[in-house]
Amino acid sequence: METRELVVQLLYFSAAFLFLLGLRGLGKADTARRGMLYAEIGMLCAVVGTLLHREIITYQWILIGIVVGSTIGTLMGLYIPMTKMPERIALSHAFGGLAVALVGVAEFYRHTHEGVALSTLQMTATGFEVFLGALTFSGSLMAFGKLQGFITGKPVTYPLQNASNVLLLLGTVGGVIFSVVQGSLDPTTQILFYVLSGLGLLLGVLLVLPIGGADMPVVICLLNSYAGLAASATGFALENNALIICGALDGGSGFILAMMMSKAMNRSFSNVLFGAFGKPPEAGAAAAAPTGPAPNEGSVEDAVEVLKAARNIIVVPGYGMAVSQAQHAMRDLANALATSGATVRYAIHPVAGRMPGHMNVLLAEANVPYDQLFDLDQINDDFPQTDVCLVVGANDVVNPAAKTNPASPIYGMPVFNADLAATTIVLKRSMNPGFAGIENELFVKPNTMLVLGDAKKTITSFTQAIKGGGGGMH
Amino acid sequence: MTEHLVFGLYIFMLAAFAGFQIIAKVPPLLHTPLMSATNAISGISLVGSLVAAGGSYGTIATILGVIAVASATINVVGGFLITDRMLKMFRKRPEPGAAGKR
Repeated sequence: METRELVVQLLYFSAAFLFLLGLRGLGKADTARRGMLYAEIGMLCAVVGTLLHREIITYQWILIGIVVGSTIGTLMGLYIPMTKMPERIALSHAFGGLAVALVGVAEFYRHTHEGVALSTLQMTATGFEVFLGALTFSGSLMAFGKLQGFITGKPVTYPLQNASNVLLLLGTVGGVIFSVVQGSLDPTTQILFYVLSGLGLLLGVLLVLPIGGADMPVVICLLNSYAGLAASATGFALENNALIICGALDGGSGFILAMMMSKAMNRSFSNVLFGAFGKPPEAGAAAAAPTGPAPNEGSVEDAVEVLKAARNIIVVPGYGMAVSQAQHAMRDLANALATSGATVRYAIHPVAGRMPGHMNVLLAEANVPYDQLFDLDQINDDFPQTDVCLVVGANDVVNPAAKTNPASPIYGMPVFNADLAATTIVLKRSMNPGFAGIENELFVKPNTMLVLGDAKKTITSFTQAIKGGGGGMH
Repeated sequence: MTEHLVFGLYIFMLAAFAGFQIIAKVPPLLHTPLMSATNAISGISLVGSLVAAGGSYGTIATILGVIAVASATINVVGGFLITDRMLKMFRKRPEPGAAGKR
């Protein structure tokens, strides 16, 4: 091994090690930033190592790509608002998939163009790399479109959807196997390879099409996982261990998160893997509701009275808080309540929002200290001893039907015991059911007070009343 | 060839296992930064793109390579920047007067 090659391999090795250290840092909030610094140094090592590569002859094109990418990346990194994080993540998976797919296509093109056959391993890896990359690219763009509202957030379904998707998937895998058997120089393979890329794109669109907005956390995690697997496949194709390792880390991370999310929604993981989820419940659940008792609507004044008397408050935020950008207003309200002696804590469901950890980031942005944020397991037993549970734009995650009604489509999903608090105040935009389209019994319980309207406005008027009123008005 | 395949599979298995152990310990609090971070790290495909863009393998390979380099760089630069921006916001106690900068 010549010296240059040794240096390159050592740099890749350092990169892989630093990435592992970096991810380990994410285990705690205090060590997370230092961990990311390690990961950044790791990335630098990997890039420097690659630039020393013998096959690189010209640097001008690389420079152009890096300058363009850095400019866009910096702008996105600095200016994307935290409320748009799910969209940003979806978009970046698309970029990741695109990069991987293009590398694979370029590699295949160059070999066939020069009449050099790819080895069986290279062909297999390149095939899966391009297929997975293309699938991630189009799937992520679809997810982005759904989150952004370009495409309907409702599940799009048609007869035999899953059957045709599975057939398409099998067909593509069969195509990859065929290409491998025939070899890369076979004329059929040369056409088939590009057809397979197209099928990957098509499958990405079809797999995300039936998925509704509330299921986005799982999809985003899965796409993360696919992007990682595609990168790993690139590592096999290029015989680059750093790529294999990073891809495995990325793929593993997405996989774990997807598993956690599906567990938090009480869906089986195989259900998720085949994309056969997100179907809205048919008739049954929705039909029963109108006959039920009318919800107990309250005014801002009513709610303020209850809040003032409360010592122990748990806030349950949901996607509605993100939509109305109410996180800063919420922080002000919590501060005002804390000033008058109440304890305010936040209960965060794993699938609240549109991506894992969505609510945590929003509240952190609003300067809410993270020791006030609690997971499902940490806080769920405290609800019976709570004076007020304030539900801000959350719905399915506080639906008691998940605990009591076996006929409910979300039966078995772990939910907050918001119904067990002395009083539950629900802030809601309108009486429409949540994204899963399921009626929520919590809203019609006698100890629930429903305050309709924009969450941010309502919370702001709560705060004003608590700060200004101070009891002197009576 | 077979040697590299087997070797690669071992590496993949060990990395996936190590990653699994490490990532399972990341608290839900930091799941969004985690996704953003793994996203930046997956920009490692830059390594492959650089070779495609910088090698002399013909115009098409170069064009594809340059687009790939740009896409991967967006993820690396944007991913790390945004992760750090997020992590900066996670603090234990509110600092008096420090309004969350955007």
